[in-house]
Amino acid sequence: MSQPDVKIFSLSTCSHCKATKKFLGDCTIKYEFINVDQLQGDERKAIIEDVKKFNPRCSFPTIIIGEKVIVGFKEKEIKEALGM
Amino acid sequence: MMDAQELYERMKKVQEAKGYYFNRDRERTFELLEALLVNKERHGYMGCPCRLLCGDRDADKDIICPCVYSVPDIDEFGSCYCNLYVSTDWNEGKIPHEYVPERRPLEKMTF
Repeated sequence: MSQPDVKIFSLSTCSHCKATKKFLGDCTIKYEFINVDQLQGDERKAIIEDVKKFNPRCSFPTIIIGEKVIVGFKEKEIKEALGM
Repeated sequence: MMDAQELYERMKKVQEAKGYYFNRDRERTFELLEALLVNKERHGYMGCPCRLLCGDRDADKDIICPCVYSVPDIDEFGSCYCNLYVSTDWNEGKIPHEYVPERRPLEKMTF
């Protein structure tokens, strides 16, 4: 069974973001991520608008798994969304 | 330039006097202290590593570590938003380690 697409909006400095990436890595789940704090100018603005569409509070990590949006490193919800 | 160990010693002294302790998971704690130093280098102030900073010290003054939300968060959940500062009960596992929700009001997010 193929896994749903996983995308993480993260901060390079955030411990919850690091824990999320480590967890997914340990579970051999493929994911994309964008460290929003490392972006600048128009690109940063555009990505922030994207994050707000999924999570109006624009907090991190904002994790998109298929159609589901998970705010924060919530292991149980992540596992459920991945069908684990 | 200050290193994480120095920052640890300095903040420990001040915060423990107020009843706030570093997370006893040293790896997590030092990862966060290093991140605070990254933010200081990047923006000139030690803004919260778990929040997006706008780069303006005044606009971010509520999230300069320890942030103003850490007091009610430690009171309610035993931990700040980042799990950097915690209560003794949290450190000793006497209270559950719930995920601390973002308490900063939406209107403060000016990035």
